[in-house]
Amino acid sequence: MAEAPVIVVGAGPAGIRAAERLIAAGLRPILVEEGERNGGQIYRRQPEGFTRPASALYGSEAAKATALHTAADALVARLDYRPGTLAWAVEGGALLTQCGDRVRRLPYAALILCAGATDRVMPVPGWTLPGVYSLGGAQVALKAQACAIGRRCVFLGTGPLLYLVAWQYAKAGAEVAAVLDTSPAHRRLAALPRLAARPAVLAQGMRYIAWLRRRGIPLRSGVRPLRIEGEDRVSAVVVEQGGREQRYAADAVGIGYGLRSETQLADLAKVNFAFDPVSRQWLPALDEDGRSSVPGIYLAGDGAMIRGADAAELAGRLAACAALRDLGQPVPESEIAELRRALRPMSRFRRGLETGFPWPAQQAAVLPDETVICRCETITAGDLRRSVTEGGAPEVNRAKSFSRVGMGRCQGRICGLAAAEVVAAARGVPLEEVGRLRGAAPVKPLPLTLEIEA
Amino acid sequence: MAGLFHRLAEAGRRTVRISVDGSEVEALEGDTLLVALLTAGAALRRSEFGDGPRAGFCLMGACQDCWVWTETGERLRACSTPVAPAMRIVTQEVPWPKHP
Repeated sequence: MAEAPVIVVGAGPAGIRAAERLIAAGLRPILVEEGERNGGQIYRRQPEGFTRPASALYGSEAAKATALHTAADALVARLDYRPGTLAWAVEGGALLTQCGDRVRRLPYAALILCAGATDRVMPVPGWTLPGVYSLGGAQVALKAQACAIGRRCVFLGTGPLLYLVAWQYAKAGAEVAAVLDTSPAHRRLAALPRLAARPAVLAQGMRYIAWLRRRGIPLRSGVRPLRIEGEDRVSAVVVEQGGREQRYAADAVGIGYGLRSETQLADLAKVNFAFDPVSRQWLPALDEDGRSSVPGIYLAGDGAMIRGADAAELAGRLAACAALRDLGQPVPESEIAELRRALRPMSRFRRGLETGFPWPAQQAAVLPDETVICRCETITAGDLRRSVTEGGAPEVNRAKSFSRVGMGRCQGRICGLAAAEVVAAARGVPLEEVGRLRGAAPVKPLPLTLEIEA
Repeated sequence: MAGLFHRLAEAGRRTVRISVDGSEVEALEGDTLLVALLTAGAALRRSEFGDGPRAGFCLMGACQDCWVWTETGERLRACSTPVAPAMRIVTQEVPWPKHP
């Protein structure tokens, strides 16, 4: 029997660089990608037939995006590339995939998970109205489809993406009604020493903010979201600002509070997780090179921890080096040392972002009972609180079985972190005491008619 | 009703006609179903739990809030399905898959 291959999941910055390093060592890995085109979400490619140049799509990151796409396209002939393929479970040393109506079981010698991230969202009353999108979604509409999510957009939340997306929208000709940041300005000032670990990135962020300000776009800090108003679609965003209610008329809202790692496959592979008190999430416990607690399972990129695309390229390559070493292949010590060194300022910068643009955990405690937390099954903050106060749920998995939160078709991707905050606040205990929603296969819904292939 | 999304560029693509709940909708080649439906209207579907219309959320295949169906009962994720000529879409679930 032929030896099992190394499998890489995700053809974004981390996955592409991991696959590239494996090929350089003479391997022919399998690269599984859910999307039709490589590049990941950050360097998301527009469909064939679209004509905007890379500079219009990726701005200051155009050279990096083009380099990554070129590298990825050159790899395709040298690996077993499977686009349009969902990795939906890890079980008994094999990855389970689905493409069209075919399910396959792929045994691996090593599995490098580069599953990326999605927006981290704190619900607010009205966030299920048509016209409300995640910040990343608002960006995808623009990059991949040349569309704005509305005619008059408000961007609400916190984090660097808030300003980047606002800038991209205004630059592309959309009307940006306001940028409403929940983090207070003094937190961002206090984070500056850590953010200075990557001076060029910091300067670029400041340029976006200055540009928006010169355009006369209202930029507000330290707001508390109260509600999104509208009848069948968005008509306004209402926040508390300096002790007063402020209403911004808009027909679309982009909402996001930083990113959350997509860790469900790692969970199914039974890797250990550890609670990270700064970002207030449970993350896979990894060594410096991306090794998990389970031999043969590696993680890299934003799917391991949120450090952004530049770090993802380095971490993807480093995880491939670790896998190669563990498989008994020679890897120069200097290469590993160099990658580790290059990643250190990125880790400091990450902490700067998490402290300068904090996740507004305290909002979970004051969300009105009728606020929808789970979009899939319309489960409210009140339903969740009752699972604690009446059902006695001590942690989120029990709250899940009482209320169904996290059991819907998104499997807790969108609501899980906010739900945990609501449960912790209702119990009056620290977040780490309510645990984390455990993953279940399939991580995404499968079609009803499937053929199983051995 | 005016569409939710509006186009900022790339408007020179070829037109593709699809059917949505029996009415003709004009889309552009390369559009996702989500963009085709939301440049023409303001919702993709209604929540099964009675809390009103929905129009997707994440646009990257994570939230599963943009499901629509074909007339033959195939479920499609509108954000990651490209339009194709003569597609026949319904925005309410067909009770059981019907094979032609």
